[in-house]
Amino acid sequence: MQTLASPTTMPPAMQEPFLVIENVSKSYSTPNGSYVVLDGIDLTAKEGEFICVIGHSGCGKTTLLDTVSGFRTPTTGEVRVQGKRVTRPGPDRMVVFQNYALLPWKTAFENIYLAVHAVFPQKSKKEKTEIVKEHLAMVGLEEAANKKPGQLSGGMKQRVSIARALSIRPQVLILDEPFGALDAITKEELQEELLQIWRNHQVTVMMITHDIDEALFLSDRIVMMTNGPAAKIGEIMDIPFARPRNRAQIMEDPYYYTLRNHALDFLFSRYALH
Amino acid sequence: MTTTAGRRFPAFNFETYLQKNARQFVAPVVAFLIALIIWQLFSSVTKSLPGPIQVYQDAWDPLVICPLSVGNECFSLDGWRGGDVGLGWQTSASLIRVAIGYSLASIVGITIGVLVGASRLLYQAVDPMFQVLRTVPPLAWLPIALAIFKDSGPAGIFIIFVTAIWPIIYNTAVGVQQMPQDYKNVAKVLRLSGKEYFFSILLPSVVPYMFTGLRLGIGLAWLAIVAAEMLRGDTGIGFFIWNAYNSGALSEVILALFYIGIVGFLLDKLVGFVSTFISADK
Repeated sequence: MQTLASPTTMPPAMQEPFLVIENVSKSYSTPNGSYVVLDGIDLTAKEGEFICVIGHSGCGKTTLLDTVSGFRTPTTGEVRVQGKRVTRPGPDRMVVFQNYALLPWKTAFENIYLAVHAVFPQKSKKEKTEIVKEHLAMVGLEEAANKKPGQLSGGMKQRVSIARALSIRPQVLILDEPFGALDAITKEELQEELLQIWRNHQVTVMMITHDIDEALFLSDRIVMMTNGPAAKIGEIMDIPFARPRNRAQIMEDPYYYTLRNHALDFLFSRYALH
Repeated sequence: MTTTAGRRFPAFNFETYLQKNARQFVAPVVAFLIALIIWQLFSSVTKSLPGPIQVYQDAWDPLVICPLSVGNECFSLDGWRGGDVGLGWQTSASLIRVAIGYSLASIVGITIGVLVGASRLLYQAVDPMFQVLRTVPPLAWLPIALAIFKDSGPAGIFIIFVTAIWPIIYNTAVGVQQMPQDYKNVAKVLRLSGKEYFFSILLPSVVPYMFTGLRLGIGLAWLAIVAAEMLRGDTGIGFFIWNAYNSGALSEVILALFYIGIVGFLLDKLVGFVSTFISADK
């Protein structure tokens, strides 16, 4: 009878952080033994926090986020959102894919509608249409509602993808290098839009990026990963700039460069690629 | 291709279009005339075949001008009964068989193709068998078809079916296998229902592949029907050819070849047209 009080059956603690990544490792068995991609990742996020993950290519950033989205199951450890263990992908952890993943035969409107309809089937057609329109307006694409992805620029496609992701009210928004393929100007515009949307929606964001300036501008914390195989979290950097942020202002702050140099030093001296 | 050209010239002027594309029209005509000359030379040297002039003289009246004839009547709606009827009626008899067999092949082929494409295990299980079966020539199925159906009508349809189905199965299966992972991920993260996944994601992404298969299938179906009707049958263009050959009317045989070629060409274009219509947004 006393065995009931085993540590694994702990009641869901109210004070547990919103998102918990606990001792997550991922390895694949190969003919030459097991190949470890991630090795014991521990990370927590508060509700509404904006976290950027940076690291060199192949360090397992995407694998880490895939364990949060549920596309991959960790070999050991687990991911919990609000105390609930992640076992498979779901709309509460919506993903903005690197290459947009819009359906080319559907218009921008229909792409978002598909998501809204899948997640809120009980809502009336009118309500769903309203939601889609509201989110198209949010990313400034009312005009392009009836265009298909083939007729949209890269930046517009990513806007549709972000609108689709937010239209279904996810608890966690996962972005895998969302702006990697965009030109510098579009990229900055979208970063600012993303910040504004994030502030209005209070969604918890996990985002992969290669761009240190992007991470510094957007995030509350930057998670810097060591090189793979068997990547770990090397360091977590707090970004204390006040919100709402103004790019020009931040960049005048000397502390910006302290942080930036620190991150650069981490990536290119301590964990440089050989 | 023609649709994009049409879009590029909003104010479509036939004369300027003709001038610009004169070569495109003149070249095939010249090639055809040269072929006719070679054919004429060949037949006057070998005396084995009627030349184009002979064919024209033999077949123009009544075969060409009365395609819907029955017996001695130049035009009659009774032609569907078969017998001594014009080439138009014979062709439509073949077309009806193709339509039935091909429709069945499309429905069954797309269904099997989706299943085989979706399940790796199923693909591995049936692939060797299908690879062997699809190389069996249409005519080799004829005795089997006759043994099953005991009648040349359904047997012909079966041959169409069994000839046309393989490219439809394979291309549909490849389409399902080649579906980008991104689309599947979207379906997973949104937890789309089976129905929603099928109609919103799977089917539209497979349509271009499917139509490649359907287009190959219609060509094969048309090849097979003519052969099947030649061996066994009482109507159809294949039957007409065999009948004409047996009565020594080689000009009629040659005319029938033109019919077959043109109908086959039109069938291919028809399926191609339907495919551009359906997957216009790709």
